[in-house]
Amino acid sequence: FQIHFVLLISRQGKVRLTKWYSTYSKKERSKVLRELSGVILTRGPRLCNFVEWRGLKVVYKRYASLYFCMCIDPDGNELEILEIIHHYVEVLDRYFGSVCELDLIYNFHKAYYILDEILISGELQESSKRTVVRSVAAQDSLVEAAKEQTGSTISNIIAHAAK
Amino acid sequence: MNPFSSGTRLRDMIRAIRSCKTAAEERAVVRKECAAIRAAISENDQDYRHRNLAKLMFIHMLGYPTHFGQMECLKLIASSGFPEKRIGYLGLMLLLDERQEVLMLVTNSLKQDLNHSNQYIIGLALCALGNICSAEMARDLAPEVERLLQFRDPNIRKKAALCSIRIIKKVPDLAENFINPAASLLREKHHGVLITGIQLCTDLCKVSSEALEYFREKCTEGLVKTLKDMANSPYAPEYDIAGITDPFLHIRLLKLLRILGQGDADASDCMNDILAQVATKIESNKNAGNAILYECVGTIMSIEDNGGLRVLAINILGRFLSNRDNNIRYVALNMLMKAITVDAQAVQRHRATILECVKDSDASIRKKALDLVYLLVNESNVKPLTKELIEYLEASDQEFKGVLTAKICSLVEKFSPEKIWYIDQMLKVLSEAGNFVKDEVWHALIVVISNASDLHGYSVRALYRAFQTSAEQETLVRVAVWCIGEYGDMLVNNVGMLDIEEPITVTESDAVDALEVSIKRHNSDLTTKAMALIALLKLSSRFPSCSERIKDIILQNKRSFVLELQQRSIEFNCILQKHQNIRSALVERMPVLDEATFSGRRAGSLPTSVSTSTGTARNLPNGIAKPAAAPVADLLDLSSDDAPAPSSSGGDFLQDLLGVDLSPASAPPGTSQPPKAGTDVLLDLLSIGTSPPAQSSSPASNILSSIQDDKASLANLNGLASLTSLSPNATSASPAPMMDLLDGFGPSPQKKEENGPAYPSLVAYESSTLRMTFNISKQPGNPQTTLIQAIFTNLSPNVYNDFLFQAAVPKFLQLHLDPASSNTLPASGNGSITQSMKVTNSQHGKKSLVMRIRIAYKINNKDVLEEGQVSNFPRDL
Repeated sequence: FQIHFVLLISRQGKVRLTKWYSTYSKKERSKVLRELSGVILTRGPRLCNFVEWRGLKVVYKRYASLYFCMCIDPDGNELEILEIIHHYVEVLDRYFGSVCELDLIYNFHKAYYILDEILISGELQESSKRTVVRSVAAQDSLVEAAKEQTGSTISNIIAHAAK
Repeated sequence: MNPFSSGTRLRDMIRAIRSCKTAAEERAVVRKECAAIRAAISENDQDYRHRNLAKLMFIHMLGYPTHFGQMECLKLIASSGFPEKRIGYLGLMLLLDERQEVLMLVTNSLKQDLNHSNQYIIGLALCALGNICSAEMARDLAPEVERLLQFRDPNIRKKAALCSIRIIKKVPDLAENFINPAASLLREKHHGVLITGIQLCTDLCKVSSEALEYFREKCTEGLVKTLKDMANSPYAPEYDIAGITDPFLHIRLLKLLRILGQGDADASDCMNDILAQVATKIESNKNAGNAILYECVGTIMSIEDNGGLRVLAINILGRFLSNRDNNIRYVALNMLMKAITVDAQAVQRHRATILECVKDSDASIRKKALDLVYLLVNESNVKPLTKELIEYLEASDQEFKGVLTAKICSLVEKFSPEKIWYIDQMLKVLSEAGNFVKDEVWHALIVVISNASDLHGYSVRALYRAFQTSAEQETLVRVAVWCIGEYGDMLVNNVGMLDIEEPITVTESDAVDALEVSIKRHNSDLTTKAMALIALLKLSSRFPSCSERIKDIILQNKRSFVLELQQRSIEFNCILQKHQNIRSALVERMPVLDEATFSGRRAGSLPTSVSTSTGTARNLPNGIAKPAAAPVADLLDLSSDDAPAPSSSGGDFLQDLLGVDLSPASAPPGTSQPPKAGTDVLLDLLSIGTSPPAQSSSPASNILSSIQDDKASLANLNGLASLTSLSPNATSASPAPMMDLLDGFGPSPQKKEENGPAYPSLVAYESSTLRMTFNISKQPGNPQTTLIQAIFTNLSPNVYNDFLFQAAVPKFLQLHLDPASSNTLPASGNGSITQSMKVTNSQHGKKSLVMRIRIAYKINNKDVLEEGQVSNFPRDL
């Protein structure tokens, strides 16, 4: 797979999102997280955004307090991955409206939903930000509609019971 | 909010966790939440299932175990509503991986959802399948996915395309079903579908040559046209990045073209024009443009040769290399590494810039550049490049020095035009970063010096000089110490002066000073100290004026707490005091070390017979994992007690350094025998060990008896005994192991008589080509154990190589096999191989010995195997 995994790590080393496209056991996953946050968080500014790691390459980019990391094969296109990261960040920004770390903490599931509209199986799915945002929004409204429906049935029940 | 709401909301839980001040507080909150969720699960609570799962996902991200929630995902996926399914699939992807059995349970739900009337539900199922499907699921669901490649909504088609990639990667057999639908995706206008369709084709080409041929034939022109349209497309706001329409699509098209063009001149021709256009037209001031150029260069380098395009590509990389952006320089270096196989000359032109990158402040760039420089070096430029790298060694940071020295040493070794240059460069590296140099490297240097007989004087003087300024570099000190020991007289007398050398005046006492410093320096490690002791011993006969002082220094280590040093000190002192007559022969200069043997070992061509040699090591008494030959090897070899086991090349080599490799079983079969001179040293040792009469009053024997109960030291002490001429009988309290070890050296006949009743030697096995004779003896006071010395004689006119003797005994016997004296058996009885073994008979007196044997060897590289049974042992063994 083009991208083996995606990680969002805060500057303090807290994990905000992990998405594994290649198979890693639970143990390997926590090892990867530990090792990589050690490597990436300690890299100085103005260095290149690539780290060679265990025969693979990790492309990372920092946006405010968050590091977006994607791990690729050694012969992958690092510059393109930077664009994919930026693509994701821009979609998040459009969706949340100037996104910040807190948005991604409290709405972590939405960050996943958006990622799932951009990447599947570690490959890019959609290059149009508008299409991604629309698709997520359409699914959100499906959820809202369902909620209202159950909400109204429940309030009906309550109203009925109160009578 | 829901009026029946119980427990906390997701948001509240996150807030509570975030407000925790300590890890313990956080654990407490999580524990409480998990308990509530478990309770809800066991009550089969449906209303809050999706909220609980969301909580679990957050808890999972924090690193807590959440396996108990896995079934909840399945329940949510199986429910009918979209919100439940959405969170259920998310949980499935987050909490499970493809190896979990639970996943199989979801196949049915997935199948239903792939056929659902709601396209968003189909989308969820495709996404989950694409991210975590296993080979079994791939087989079960491939038809559904294949059908969805033609679904009316493009958002489903693109998801199905990516899902197909996972399917064909898990089950490549399924690839052919996808070739046609994938090809039709290439004609789409929707960018998402086009991007994923191209990707699917690319991956199909990777798993199926049939697909590759098909796409090459049918789709190359179409793809070229799509790329052309894309490159010439007017401004499209939806896909625009930095003035380029959909760089992602550009890159994917270039990737697929690369695969189609590779190895096919026609297809390559077809794409030349568009590649040239992309390479020249794309703006390189933004990352997106550079990403395309980078991909384009990769494609140009991979497809069939077109001179003009390659020049264009290398020029782009040259431009990248001088870019201020580190990312761009990094990818330039990365691509140049691939380009070097295509056009080494063109890459050489950028050598100066690349060399600058080795000194970059960014570790990723430094490392890449160093890798590239390493590839650029050849015979003609090795000198200037090495000079640059060594100069940089001074300035580089500690972390980088290890990698850098390894690369320099390897270059110097590979391309060295002459020995003196090699020695000079190695000395520079050792003086600058000797502490980062690996053992093989300085071992190799010693081998080279040993072989350069005209440079012995030069080397020892240069090392002496370097030692004066860089005594803190451990490996430099070791090489210097070794050379001073071997060639000390040349140091003092300025023997073999070269024209380029400045004469130096070193007295005998100066040379001894240097060795004394290395022994006494508190941070010298054991190996260095032990080597210095040997060097002193060697100098004792060369520098008569200093012999008293040398003896003093050696004696000072008699009280060393380090057993190895103490032992050497005592042994060497003994040689100095009591064995004047043989000392000079014993400390003669080392014979030239065999380069072929050494390089063979370095190359890691470990012998196939390793198993037998480690087998014997493991069987050693005292449980000390040393090669059986260790006691003797220890006397003169440089390795310390913690030297690696026999399988490690370093340890082997160290034994070789002094030519006392007694374990041919561990020598590579391909190489010649251990140096002949080695056997001479061994013979010398044996003559010390056996000829003089026992001296029970020697200081060594006192020590021996005083620490007799120290099991761990026994093996060493046994070795000691062999040198200090204690006959085994003198220490009658010593247990069996000692006999065994001594036996390994081939005891002289009269010793055998001392050992117990004598048996006539018996011909245990004889064929038309080979005879095996057993000399049998018994240990006094240990009737169960029989010592057997097997002697192999070659009855044929051919030399036997890689000779290997193996034996097996029934359960009531215990067999211990020592290494053989050689693995080459000369033709026509002109010499023999001896190998000792020890058989312990647990049913002594009831059953007699019996043994099955197998002898393997090679005649002119052809394997021969002989097998037999030995049952003619004397009855009472």
